[in-house]
Amino acid sequence: MIGVRRAAERAVEARRDADACVAIAEETTTAHLRWAGNAPTTSGFARDERLTVIAIAGDSVGVLTRHGELTGESVSGLVRAAERVARFAAPAPDAQPLITGDCAQWQAEPVRTSFGAFRGFVPRLNDTFDREARLATVLYGYAEHQLRTTYLAASNGLHRRHVQPTGVLELTVRAGDGPATAWAGSAVSDFSAVDPGATVEKMRDRLCWADRRVALPAGRYQVILSPSAVADLMLHLYRAADARAAAGGHSVFSKGTGGTRVGDRLSDAPLTLYSDPAEPGLACAPFTIARESGASSSVFDNGRPLSKTDWISGGVLSALVQTRHTAGLTGLAHTPGIDNLVLRGGSGSLAEMIASTRRGLLVMALWYLREVDPATLLVTGLTRDGVFLIEDGEVVGAVPDLRFTESPVSLLSRVSEIGGTEPAIPREWGDYFTRMAMPPLRVEEFALSPAGGAS
Amino acid sequence: MRAEIDESFGVLPHPTLADAALTRARDLGATHAQFRLDRVRTARSFLRDGDRQGSQDETDIGIAVRVLRRGAWGFAASTRLTPAAAVGVAEEAVAVADAVATLGGRRAEPVEEPVYHNEVWASAPLIDPFSVPEEDRVAILREWTGRLRAAPEIDQVLAKLVVTRENKFYADLAGTVTLQQRVRLHPQLLVSGHDSRAGRSVSLRTVGPPTARGLEYLSGQGWDWDGELAALPAQLAEKLRAEPVEPGHHDLVLDPSHLWLTVHESVGHATELDRALGHEISYAGTTFATPAGLGSLRYGSSQMNVRADRTVPHGLATIGFDDEGVAARSWNLVEDGVLTGFQFDRSTAAAIGAPGSAGCAFAESARHLPLSRMPNVSLLPAPGGPSTDELISAVGEGIYLAGSDSFSIDPRRETFQFSAQRAHRIHRGRLVGQLAGVAYQARTVDFWAALSALGGERSYRLFGADLCGKGQPLQVAAASHGCPGAVFSGIRVVDTAGTGAR
Repeated sequence: MIGVRRAAERAVEARRDADACVAIAEETTTAHLRWAGNAPTTSGFARDERLTVIAIAGDSVGVLTRHGELTGESVSGLVRAAERVARFAAPAPDAQPLITGDCAQWQAEPVRTSFGAFRGFVPRLNDTFDREARLATVLYGYAEHQLRTTYLAASNGLHRRHVQPTGVLELTVRAGDGPATAWAGSAVSDFSAVDPGATVEKMRDRLCWADRRVALPAGRYQVILSPSAVADLMLHLYRAADARAAAGGHSVFSKGTGGTRVGDRLSDAPLTLYSDPAEPGLACAPFTIARESGASSSVFDNGRPLSKTDWISGGVLSALVQTRHTAGLTGLAHTPGIDNLVLRGGSGSLAEMIASTRRGLLVMALWYLREVDPATLLVTGLTRDGVFLIEDGEVVGAVPDLRFTESPVSLLSRVSEIGGTEPAIPREWGDYFTRMAMPPLRVEEFALSPAGGAS
Repeated sequence: MRAEIDESFGVLPHPTLADAALTRARDLGATHAQFRLDRVRTARSFLRDGDRQGSQDETDIGIAVRVLRRGAWGFAASTRLTPAAAVGVAEEAVAVADAVATLGGRRAEPVEEPVYHNEVWASAPLIDPFSVPEEDRVAILREWTGRLRAAPEIDQVLAKLVVTRENKFYADLAGTVTLQQRVRLHPQLLVSGHDSRAGRSVSLRTVGPPTARGLEYLSGQGWDWDGELAALPAQLAEKLRAEPVEPGHHDLVLDPSHLWLTVHESVGHATELDRALGHEISYAGTTFATPAGLGSLRYGSSQMNVRADRTVPHGLATIGFDDEGVAARSWNLVEDGVLTGFQFDRSTAAAIGAPGSAGCAFAESARHLPLSRMPNVSLLPAPGGPSTDELISAVGEGIYLAGSDSFSIDPRRETFQFSAQRAHRIHRGRLVGQLAGVAYQARTVDFWAALSALGGERSYRLFGADLCGKGQPLQVAAASHGCPGAVFSGIRVVDTAGTGAR
């Protein structure tokens, strides 16, 4: 067995028949701990070594990936197989010259985590179980700590290395065996100082609010969306922001008359949605890592440096996710996808927004979001873990979960207040995209109906 | 089933690695220990209007050890295949169990199961999808795209083919050893056209399901691809002319190509015992179906019979043994409309007093822990019942839905909303054009109580999902769902494109 850095080097050296070769080698170590009913359920540790080889012959490309059993022989075999695919494949439409660049930390070893990352956290979690059991509160949740070291090399001399920590803590609390639950989720890069008990304290008022139940008819309501709810909606928007679909007339960002809506005003509110690999606390790979080509990624763009990109600037759509290929097609700047997302535009706290509400609903989390119509990005889904009626600045009761049908693009035009931005993870996709910072938003005329269609 | 295991998997040093790991786990005091060596190869090809947009051919190989020690489970995995790595993985799994043990809450001992010695099981595709170069598979997609591009209604064709071959070696301290292989594939095409009235794009996806077959599937064995491709242009043209649906309560005829997903979401996930026990509260959710309801919970009309299995030919969840060494079986979940069964594994069997596991433990790859995952879950046809066409003519006025589209269901699996690829208006027992914006909403038990007519064996088809997610870390699994056509009376239909939506 050889390590991943050596595997990347070996893959590039092993090129024989192809004109060029790109190798992406990653070592990922992940520790995870899960609990339900104040007791552990499934926990473990995994070490993964993965190599992707991209062989390029003329404008044709062959892409193969292998997790595990990386030996000099298996790496050479992978390169031969990728070269074979490239030789017979039709030209790739996204073919471009490879990116160049060097990396000072190339020789550094991969950085690893272990189950020991939870050493300090486990006793604190145990204390929280004990304390909550005495209060008849039940805890459910999940903790994950991951470190991934990526080595990217190409036969033109390109070298890049990136270490990505990723972690989450999700906590669900339930009062006794009643229906009310509260949820809190956050990205965590270091568990040594995390106190789950402190998080539970912050959730306790939500369980109390649930003591009084209020039913509401279908209608359009003023809502305050929590940062997590906003995160789920903005993630749907970001994933739908591929320039190719927009230019082809197939997305919410297509202009009816042809072309894209870049330059259109989406909101009168001063909303700015951006990605920045250097965002404090949310840092991510400062170069493109593309293990396959797709609607918004191209293997030819591997290693391309990334910098802060505004997708929406002051309420105006300012960029879509591009490859060099789609940038050429659309005549727009090459603005590649970046692995974090931030929405900014205001400063108030959630508590202040509640206090200034005459009548409205507070939505803590969204769940099971599914696209109903790609042409408008209409999405349906449900509220989860608490939706509360606010009257005259105070929460007066909990509402049974509601179904919403809204487009995360069109609702931007109905944003009437923007709170302060804070780190947030999406309730539904927190396992897939954790590097987000979102504000709470006040949205007018948000379409809601009882979940069972019983109105 | 005795069949061929891919030679390159058969020659790996499974027994050596298993011995190293299991011996170390036993020496460290594990009372149960399970070793797996899994290899999953998945190739994906994408075409946009016949041009190859991207492809990937990924092989995922690794070893995993799961131990029970002093009442706590631990798990560890590595992609290194050496005896030293196997010993290290066993030690890490024990270390995880030790750390977890301090959190208390001892789990039930897994139920005892028969020991199987050196069992071999493999599905039998006629043509292994990996026996031909990727370009040959892409050539089929390209030819299909060419046929569709000839139609004037179609302005874009996206084509995707995913092929998977999964190999599993399993050994445990009790002495069970199994070696298995299965193959599946899923071709999909999405065609789009332009609705000039509304100035927007409308798309339609093929409904041909993922299936546990080989490349012969693409030449018509198991699905009439020629027929489906030939029908797509006219279906899209009709969808482009669709009239808005009148919201209200309608009688629905659900084609098996649509109903399978409603079965998956509202019966399949709702009868997972780990959800009922609260293990998934924080993520996937719970279920309204509780063990206390076994034998008494009225799930639906007396015509409703749902069976679970890991045995049906070409089923995506079909296999010889699960990831705890339990032999595959079939059993009932709903009988004559009453809840009679759950899905569970060795660890949760005791919670409902079951003497043995249902054989549902499954892990996506060596890097994943086995969880209780959905078997094939099928709605049984009415013996000698009508065809789907006969159901349509008998219903008179209503809506016929085919193909799955948007689906959204609450964490208790209690209320849902589904929509379809095509929604046809039924007038005087005939299909008279498509309707736009159709989605139906219901409570699970009300919906199944409204099951008023069920198709027979002639209308029964096997569909399925190959990307069903569960667990944290999230992992995917595949399961098939057989359904006849069926009529559901007086179901609430909303117009997602109407005034309620923006």
